[in-house]
Amino acid sequence: MSFEPKIIAFLCNWCSYRGADLAGTSRMKCAPNVRPIRVMCSGRVEPLLILKAFEAGADGVLILGCHPGDCHYLEGNYKTLRRVDLLKKMLSQLGIEDERLRLEWVSASEGERFVSITDKMTEQVRKLGPFPRRNGGNNG
Amino acid sequence: MEGEVKIGVYICNCGTNIAGTVDVKEVAKLAGGLPSVVIAKDYMYMCSDPGQNMIKEDIKQLGLNRIVVASCSPMLHEHTFRQAVQDAGLNPYLFEMANIREHCSWITEDPKLATEKAKALVSAAVRRVYYQEPLEVREVPVTPSILVVGGGIAGIQAALEVANAGHKAYLVERESSIGGHMAQFDKTFPTLDCASCIFTPLLSTVGQHPNIELMTYSEVEEISGYIGNFQAKIRKKARYVDEDKCNGCLVCVEKCPWKAVSEFDEGLSQRKAIYTPFAQAVPNVPVIDTEHCVYFLKGTCRACERFCDLKAIDFEQPDKEVEVAVGAIIVATGYDAFDPSAITNYGYGRYDNVFTALQFERMCNASGPTGGKIVLKDGSEPKNIAIIHCVGSRDKNYHEYCSRVCCMYSLKYSHLIKEKIENAEVYQFYIDMRCFGKGYEEFYERLSNEEVKFIRGKASEVTDRARTEEEQGKLVVVAEDSLMSALIRVPVDMVILSTALEARSDAAAVARLFNISRSADGFFLERHPKLDPVATTTDGIFIVGCAQGPKDIPDTVAQASAAAARVLAMISQGKVEIEAATAVIDEELCSGCKICNLLCPYSAITFDEEKKVSRVNEVLCKACGVCVAACPSAAITGKHFTTEQIMAEIEGVLA
Ligand SMILES: Cc1cc2nc3c(=O)[nH]c(=O)nc-3n(C[C@H](O)[C@H](O)[C@H](O)COP(=O)(O)OP(=O)(O)OC[C@H]3O[C@@H](n4cnc5c(N)ncnc54)[C@H](O)[C@@H]3O)c2cc1C
Ligand code: FES
Repeated sequence: MSFEPKIIAFLCNWCSYRGADLAGTSRMKCAPNVRPIRVMCSGRVEPLLILKAFEAGADGVLILGCHPGDCHYLEGNYKTLRRVDLLKKMLSQLGIEDERLRLEWVSASEGERFVSITDKMTEQVRKLGPFPRRNGGNNG
Repeated sequence: MEGEVKIGVYICNCGTNIAGTVDVKEVAKLAGGLPSVVIAKDYMYMCSDPGQNMIKEDIKQLGLNRIVVASCSPMLHEHTFRQAVQDAGLNPYLFEMANIREHCSWITEDPKLATEKAKALVSAAVRRVYYQEPLEVREVPVTPSILVVGGGIAGIQAALEVANAGHKAYLVERESSIGGHMAQFDKTFPTLDCASCIFTPLLSTVGQHPNIELMTYSEVEEISGYIGNFQAKIRKKARYVDEDKCNGCLVCVEKCPWKAVSEFDEGLSQRKAIYTPFAQAVPNVPVIDTEHCVYFLKGTCRACERFCDLKAIDFEQPDKEVEVAVGAIIVATGYDAFDPSAITNYGYGRYDNVFTALQFERMCNASGPTGGKIVLKDGSEPKNIAIIHCVGSRDKNYHEYCSRVCCMYSLKYSHLIKEKIENAEVYQFYIDMRCFGKGYEEFYERLSNEEVKFIRGKASEVTDRARTEEEQGKLVVVAEDSLMSALIRVPVDMVILSTALEARSDAAAVARLFNISRSADGFFLERHPKLDPVATTTDGIFIVGCAQGPKDIPDTVAQASAAAARVLAMISQGKVEIEAATAVIDEELCSGCKICNLLCPYSAITFDEEKKVSRVNEVLCKACGVCVAACPSAAITGKHFTTEQIMAEIEGVLA
């Protein structure tokens, strides 16, 4: 059987969560690999949570927030942007493909964008294979 | 929480919306086996009365102290279920929702995979709810006043509703008079009643209302605070005429020797450098347009000042900053008309006798630039007129949406033309006739009997290149008549472009100012398209009229009254609930680094110099969690989104 990646998606409550809702309401179809977790703002997603997701069995982590300038809390998403950049560097240094972590903007009206991002991410992580774990890649 | 955790899990079938794809029995079975779960069942409609009662009964009978409902999006029913558990005596924050409809059954093709995903989402919610804690819902008093932004029919209606109920309304209008687009019209569909006759009395009521403070030529610059307690900074631009002294005699306007193009007449006439946009302007106090006033340009003239007996002209008048406190805000900033010069094929701007709808609206208006006569540029009367529908609407290159009023105002025009010009020929080039409102289809029927020629097909071009004798000196509308499948050329004297309604050019900035979202079409986004079409995602801020999307006057008025009702409900309650899920700082752990002080977008965190620790002001905190994520000492807890809770959710969803 081909490898089915597990992906955690942190969705901010105001834009991205609603964008994902809209994809559903519009009956679009998307890869079931992406598992959403709601946070109030993408700015809440601290490195610890991302590392926790990898540790708990995720092969990829998506963070979705409002477009720049549209964050419900003014600029939480800019803070995430900087944080994710740093974390990506750290992952590479640990020998982990930084494509496993991705930050994107999805507004409340972008159901289609939500689907295309999640599908692309799923494809990308599928190619990368399971997250390299010391205990032999326990995948859940 | 003390004692043993007892979780109840309820899986909604949502008719077939969920159960048609997800095997709900299997999900319930899995949930039943999870740690601390006492009961797990599925039910046809959890949000129905019997569904809610089931939860309430179980809470009482089984002593449940945590509830998970797996159903639709929390955006829809989180509130419903929180209320239900609260009714049964449980703190509403001990409830968690798993979204297995929008995020699962509706979006996943394969039933097996959908069931797997639903199981993961339910496990996540169960693990999360285990760690959830009761929170105290806080209430704050509501300032019994309202800020309405935009003085078109939408803003006017909203302000009047609130003011008539006895509360203060601040109405802020950017232009020098209220009225918006409706003030430009001559007649309104479908009743063809005279727009001024129904509208100008409203304008003066607003102007004189003891509860309405009208601020024209003003703009909102800054909003702070939260539902029930907003502060707005408003800039009153200098009009260089003292509103208190001016009695509206308008001698200054008469004596002013300088002219500029009239915006109100859509460029069809000229106005003075000191002017009121139209005769019934409210307030009837002129403004000086500093870009055309020769005193401001060159330092000479001051004719207006010389002729003003009341000494109301004040060239030194500064802008004024005003601050008001309000409980709620209604945004009613309306729409812009699409600029058809973008579609070069239609020749707007190139041919003298191609007009926009708003220009035609002014032309028909008895107090407009032609005194209500329909005339060509050379002053003669047109014999045949083409009206081209959907200019900029239903067009992938411009706006995909339908502007909803163009079919109707185009029909209105054919009637006005027939009324004003004997034996005029009118051609309507339409894609589909959309006459959906009350009395609209009947209006269409009626006009069909007025010998208007309806041509189904989008016009591709307007040209003055004649091919036949008959076309000489005319504008030729080239179109495909899709009912006859033939390319046709119709020579006419005048072309009217039924232009789209689009979001205001500054809608992005206004959205940012009020912290509201926009939909893909650029208009402001309502909280829910069906159940909450007037609220926004920011509590206490509402959107009405064309600012929310193209609509006609009846719908605009209905929406404005709806938003006013919501505000009045808040005011009569006297208090509102605010965010309970704020951040708290553990003083023991806080190292006093102050990182959070600078990060907080609402300046809700202050530093206690004595104790050398930071502290959150709970009333100002909006629970974004940015400080929680950034604290290097992990001293800050984001209530209801604690690290522990989110981690449990992650583990659950991956289990
Ligand atoms: C050509 C044409 C003909 C029409 N004919 C009819 C008809 O016959 N019958 C009918 O039912 N409907 C008709 N309509 C639709 C009608 O115009 C709208 O339904 C109505 O005007 C909407 O009112 P509004 O208050 O939402 O917007 P507007 O009329 O656009 O008013 C918005 C107001 O807000 C002000 N404003 C904007 N931004 C700001 C800001 N940032 N700060 C402060 N103030 C601001 C503006 O200056 C304006 O005064 C027609 C539309 C068009 C284009
Ligand atoms: S609220 Fe969406 S990113 Fe901040």
